[in-house]
Amino acid sequence: MLLSEVSTTSTLFQLIPWIVFFPAIGLLINIIFGGRMSEKAIGAVASLASGLAFGIAVLMAIGLAQNHGEPVVVPFLEWIHIGDLQLDWTFRVDTLSNVMTLAVTLVGTLIHIYAIGYMHEDVRHQGDPGRYRRFFVFLNLFIVMMMILVTGDSYAMLFVGWEGVGLCSYLLIGFWYDKGEGGIGNALAAKKAFVANRVGDFGFLVAMFLTFWAFGSLDFANVFEKAPEIAQTMPGVVLAITLFMLLGVTGKSAQIPLYVWLPDAMAGPTPVSALIHAATMVTAGVYLVARSAPIFVQLPQAQNTVAMVGGLTALFAATIAVGQFDIKKVLAYSTISQLGFMVAAVGMGAFVAGMFHLVTHAFFKALLFLSAGSVIQGMERGEHHVAHHQQDDLHAARRKKKQKEAHTFDPQDMRNMGGLRTKMPVTFWVYLTGAVALAGVPPLAGFWSKDEILLEASHLNMPVYILLTLAAILTAFYMGRQIFMVFFGETRTAPAEHAEESPPVMTIPLIILAILAFFGGALNLPGLHTFEHWLEHTFMAFEVELEALPFSIPVATLSTILALASITGAWALYGRKPLQKKQPDPLRKLGWLFTGMENKWWVDEIYWFLILDRYVDLAWFLADEVDWRFWHDWFHEKVILATFNSLSRLLALRVDLGGIDRIANGLADGTQALAACMRRLQTGFVRNYALSVFVGVVVIIGYLMFR
Amino acid sequence: MLPVTYYVALSAILFILGAVGVLIRRNLIVIFMSVELMLNAANLAFVAFARYYQSMSGQVFVFFVMAVAAAEVAVGLSLIVAIYRARHTINVDDLSEMKG
Amino acid sequence: MTLDLILFLLLAVIAVAAAVGMLVSKNTVHAALFLVLNFATIAVFYLILGGPFISMAQITVYTGAIMVLFLFVIMLLGVEKLSGQDKLSWQVPTALTLGALLLLESGYFLIFRRTPLEMSGTQSIPEAFGGPSAVADALFQHYALPVEIAGVLLLVAMVGVIALTKWEKGRS
Repeated sequence: MLLSEVSTTSTLFQLIPWIVFFPAIGLLINIIFGGRMSEKAIGAVASLASGLAFGIAVLMAIGLAQNHGEPVVVPFLEWIHIGDLQLDWTFRVDTLSNVMTLAVTLVGTLIHIYAIGYMHEDVRHQGDPGRYRRFFVFLNLFIVMMMILVTGDSYAMLFVGWEGVGLCSYLLIGFWYDKGEGGIGNALAAKKAFVANRVGDFGFLVAMFLTFWAFGSLDFANVFEKAPEIAQTMPGVVLAITLFMLLGVTGKSAQIPLYVWLPDAMAGPTPVSALIHAATMVTAGVYLVARSAPIFVQLPQAQNTVAMVGGLTALFAATIAVGQFDIKKVLAYSTISQLGFMVAAVGMGAFVAGMFHLVTHAFFKALLFLSAGSVIQGMERGEHHVAHHQQDDLHAARRKKKQKEAHTFDPQDMRNMGGLRTKMPVTFWVYLTGAVALAGVPPLAGFWSKDEILLEASHLNMPVYILLTLAAILTAFYMGRQIFMVFFGETRTAPAEHAEESPPVMTIPLIILAILAFFGGALNLPGLHTFEHWLEHTFMAFEVELEALPFSIPVATLSTILALASITGAWALYGRKPLQKKQPDPLRKLGWLFTGMENKWWVDEIYWFLILDRYVDLAWFLADEVDWRFWHDWFHEKVILATFNSLSRLLALRVDLGGIDRIANGLADGTQALAACMRRLQTGFVRNYALSVFVGVVVIIGYLMFR
Repeated sequence: MLPVTYYVALSAILFILGAVGVLIRRNLIVIFMSVELMLNAANLAFVAFARYYQSMSGQVFVFFVMAVAAAEVAVGLSLIVAIYRARHTINVDDLSEMKG
Repeated sequence: MTLDLILFLLLAVIAVAAAVGMLVSKNTVHAALFLVLNFATIAVFYLILGGPFISMAQITVYTGAIMVLFLFVIMLLGVEKLSGQDKLSWQVPTALTLGALLLLESGYFLIFRRTPLEMSGTQSIPEAFGGPSAVADALFQHYALPVEIAGVLLLVAMVGVIALTKWEKGRS
């Protein structure tokens, strides 16, 4: 099968490495020449690099269509060949990876363009324009890594990309590493993301080792072909592989229990939140499960576990999203929730539904985040305007006070917003599109993909269906809440009053994304199942059965009614009587329930109490007791040092002074004594010397005489 | 002709006398003369053996000894003169700078 | 007792006595004169042993040239007698004992190790033995190279003496 794949490789597919190289070239140009380039040129280079990668992805899609969707393997580089371990950098072009590349590069390119405008203001607002170039370098690096991840033909290459995007995530969350709470808040957030991902990566690594041990290879084709056989002979090992892989997924795709890093990751600039922490990187886990479908389908218990994790995460995160006031935090928890939908779908075996939701979610969640970024910058402009005017006409003392107020002003807090509908009309409309799409109102994209997941769940896994339905209700509610709080009612603060619309370089990508979010559902309309047929080629290759369920009126109607109902509920609470200044949230009447939602169910605190504090205690114990007192004080000082001291004392006093020195001195003294003796012979009298010669003569002749 | 042994015995006696002279006298010049005496004792033995073996080589060697002695005396005496000028003594016991 | 033996003993006694005289005389000039006497007797021995030419050379070179040189130096320096005591009191007895020992050893060899040397050899010798022409033949034919080397040695000695004298002048 591999051979036939290689033989059918057309020249078109040989272009696939450029999907990695174009962004790589872009980032190299920006690294090397970026210092002398204008901001626009830097942004243009980066966007062009990403756009060219998108072009390659489109070409691949055309090639696949011509090839009737047959997977193609393009060998590129030999990497590591040790014994049985054969790791190559091989590109795999099939419909699944192609969907990922298309979605990532399309959304990525739009976000690059948006970032040209966004970062222009952000670097000035944060006070360090020099980091403009760095941002685009990181962004291109991310595209490179993501492409490696989704186009790799083995778990090893997937892991390379997996770690690479993790690195980019770390770098970009900590982009303003010197900002944030206490000056290190952002750095701490980045660290948290990194550590949480390490825990997941540990799982993925173990899964990889087990895979290699059980299958003898890390190439997808080899592993998936053997999967049914190995699952028969070694079910325990395959279960372990899937569960460890699930651990990796929970890390990367922010599922229970490792989701805690994603809300903190909002510390990064908003385009980063949109690209990495909403649209693309976090879906890598979903992609991993879909990619490993041939393994997962072998074990129903593994599938159930994944589905339950996804379903629980979806509901849990949705409840937290309801209680948030930070515009980006709401979206962050919404992202976790939606990722839960996807993980649940791919876990149940509804791979197409999961991937479909992945794509539509990439559109509308990127749209939402970017719009939120637009809102935030609108607020910042308003804040700047207010501060500027104060300087003109107010007293110095008052100005100082106001400035202090302005300093603590949070442009991301929804309670500070309100009534932005008229201030930022374009942003409002695109935000509304994204929110409605997310809420699952027909005929927008979110409706179709979410409905398909719910439909599959209703057939495959009833408990998960219930969880997801509840999550969907909450989704519609918190999006309605957000829309009403941000855009309707009266402006609640002076900056909101003076908020300004964003420039076209930001709004045009938003409009494009809005169109995609609106019509994205057309990819897989019921009855047509375009997307399903497209992905079928990938999954059928390894005998993973896909079954397109017929459109179900009851499920769709139910979810639509529930979505509209919760939007209405949100209107009743937040739209009918808009929040006034300093007015508490109406949901506070729920008491502890809302407090819990607002405080994220204290999960961070619980983690701190259960794990991190214990870990710190252990670290202190190890440092104080084990390292310092045992190793340092006792072992090093008492045992090693004392032994060494006594040994060196012994060597110095006994061996060196007593032995070697005495020998050496003895030699010297002996020589001296001998010399002192011989010296007496050297009388200086010639006659004595002559006498000794004469003695010699007598003795020698005497010897001859008695011989 | 008398047996060679007689001459050899005489030669030995003269040689020993010369050697004893070198050892017991303190005067550089006398020591030097004792050395000459030893040389002559050896020459006498040479000439006696030349006679005994009827070979001219013994006598020829005496010539060489004489030549060496002449050179030695010339150099030695000039050294003695030099030493005397420098130290105003020809007592060998006064020349003990080599004492260790 | 042949005439030969009488003559030999007479001369030997003179030679030994002269040698002892040189040894014991306090006056350096006397010592030199005793040595001249000794050399003269040895020259007579040379004549007896068939070496007329070498006998003459002994008289001219030793008693003539070398001993005159000694006397010149003695008179030049004016050191006929040494003053003071011998610092090496044990040197004289030790030397005398050793000399006696060596004499005993030599006597042992000459008396108890009977070798061909005791034989007197042929009484008759060729007419020309030891004559000037025989010596010349031996020296300039068989020993030509050593003669040359001896000549060089004498030259070097002469240069050395001049150098020593000149150095002496330069210092003073």
